[in-house]
Amino acid sequence: MTVAGKERTAVIGVGQTKYASTRGDVSMAGLLREAAYRALEMAGKTWDDIDAVVMGKAPDFFEGVMMPELYLAEALGCVGKPIMRVHTAGSVGGSTACVAASMVQGRVHETVLTIAWEKQSESNAMWALSLPMPFTTSVNAGAGGYFSPIMRRYMAMSDAPELIGCMVAFKDRQHALKNPYAHLHQPDLTFDQVVESPMLWDPIRYSETCPSSDGACAMVMTNEVGGDAHDGPVAWIKGTAMRSESNSYGGRNMVSPAASEQCADDVFAQAGIHDRRREIDVVEMYVPFSWYEPMWLESLGFAEKGKGWRMVEDGSTNHVGGDLPVNCSGGVLSSNAIGASGMIRFAEAALQVMGEAGEHQVDGARIAFGHAYGGGAQYFAMWVVASEK
Amino acid sequence: MPVDPDSTPVGLGVEVTAPASIADVEMVQRVRTPIRIEYTYTPGRALSAYLRGMAEKRIVAERCPRTGQVFVPPRGVSPMAGIPTVGPVELPDVGYVESFNITRVPIATRPDLEPPYCSAWIVLDGASVGFMGLVINCEPESVRMGMRVKAVWKPDDELEKSATNILGWEPSGEPDVEISDIETIGRPGDLQ
Repeated sequence: MTVAGKERTAVIGVGQTKYASTRGDVSMAGLLREAAYRALEMAGKTWDDIDAVVMGKAPDFFEGVMMPELYLAEALGCVGKPIMRVHTAGSVGGSTACVAASMVQGRVHETVLTIAWEKQSESNAMWALSLPMPFTTSVNAGAGGYFSPIMRRYMAMSDAPELIGCMVAFKDRQHALKNPYAHLHQPDLTFDQVVESPMLWDPIRYSETCPSSDGACAMVMTNEVGGDAHDGPVAWIKGTAMRSESNSYGGRNMVSPAASEQCADDVFAQAGIHDRRREIDVVEMYVPFSWYEPMWLESLGFAEKGKGWRMVEDGSTNHVGGDLPVNCSGGVLSSNAIGASGMIRFAEAALQVMGEAGEHQVDGARIAFGHAYGGGAQYFAMWVVASEK
Repeated sequence: MPVDPDSTPVGLGVEVTAPASIADVEMVQRVRTPIRIEYTYTPGRALSAYLRGMAEKRIVAERCPRTGQVFVPPRGVSPMAGIPTVGPVELPDVGYVESFNITRVPIATRPDLEPPYCSAWIVLDGASVGFMGLVINCEPESVRMGMRVKAVWKPDDELEKSATNILGWEPSGEPDVEISDIETIGRPGDLQ
């Protein structure tokens, strides 16, 4: 069911770069061209078919290039076309996809290309996330410093077994072996090695954190006529939602923020999903630190509060044998080009319902969920895509 | 099937050759440049009072007139009510640890900080929100959720208009606070 009045919108092309700690063979512009041209190739389109470009990335001071969309317009071959930049911290890749979809849904444009990226090798995210302000003291070593106390609270609240986080990390690294684009390919990694990895932000181990990656992800979206006429796989967008909240108010639920729950309620209502766990075939969600998998499973309504870890423990989220496979691509734990990470989740959800996920395809996937979060777990973007219109 | 990640995308396969004049020059792929950022910070009404208080070892917060929530450091606005907060609300320099980590990686902007160290959400008595600070003068492994702490200030002759006047938070020795609602941080106030 599509909300009345909106133009039905289809994803017809997905393009990704190989994610790596350093893509020294390409500039930032070259990285984007690789993803954009692959998306165009899969869609069977050229730049002449694209009406507008919607771009997103994490804060400009990561790479120290201000408003990069201006100089990248030429590199992307879209001079003279409308460009829009989206910025919502780590969730930006997802928000950018939502904004791009809205351009088609609102009948502003017929066909758009959306793209998100990060070149972490040319940046210093840890520095950028620890900038001193006179009214605070600088005590956070990057995002892990901020999120680890929240995960500690989830662990205490749920009484989950100590090694659930390690199980998530090991699962996602196993999944990554089936995704040729993933940054981390560790075929010899054992569960014991994950457990024995040093604590970086106790209670979070080095093995339970995401890598630092270069990469870009792009999608081509088109309207209903374009989707129907498309000679190739199509993912129909059934719902998009975004929510934000302040990261500091009294009584804020930091384990399951109100904005997360409300965003999920909105997107599943749009898509006509009633039983989330049963009706959704595959999930790609933003899990940069292992314990966020059970936390988001609960916040998004796939599990009861305090019980999400059981789905990890019993293998429900595994690609093979799980009834709700989560992050078959390897997820953010295996590739983290920050600005792109949200869009990769959305794009991987689309690939699953297109039947184009290759070795990490979930057989018969018809409805998929893509998810991104950012800031102090305060910005959320989500979508539901399906194989049927 | 997905495109081979090592393939050259269609449309990008154009060979680029350098002009003869620079054909023998070594190709530069990347340069490393130091990065820094300098800025003038204008704190505004609420934070000005907070920073002046800091120079006198006082913690000056603000209260939302609608929800009753007390914010520290005060940013001048109540995020739930969407209205300005009012002050001053003076808070004691004691509180408790809401949650924490033990960090074993250095912070680029804090070369003085030797890992391992304990970063914690501190909630002051009378405050509705927490903020992050260091727990010091104890073994990081001995820190607990609910542990009572008090501020450790810089020597009086080194005080500035800065939150860094508080070097960290040390155990006060009082009995631990029982944390009833473990998902939330801070106190909800009386939202109408």
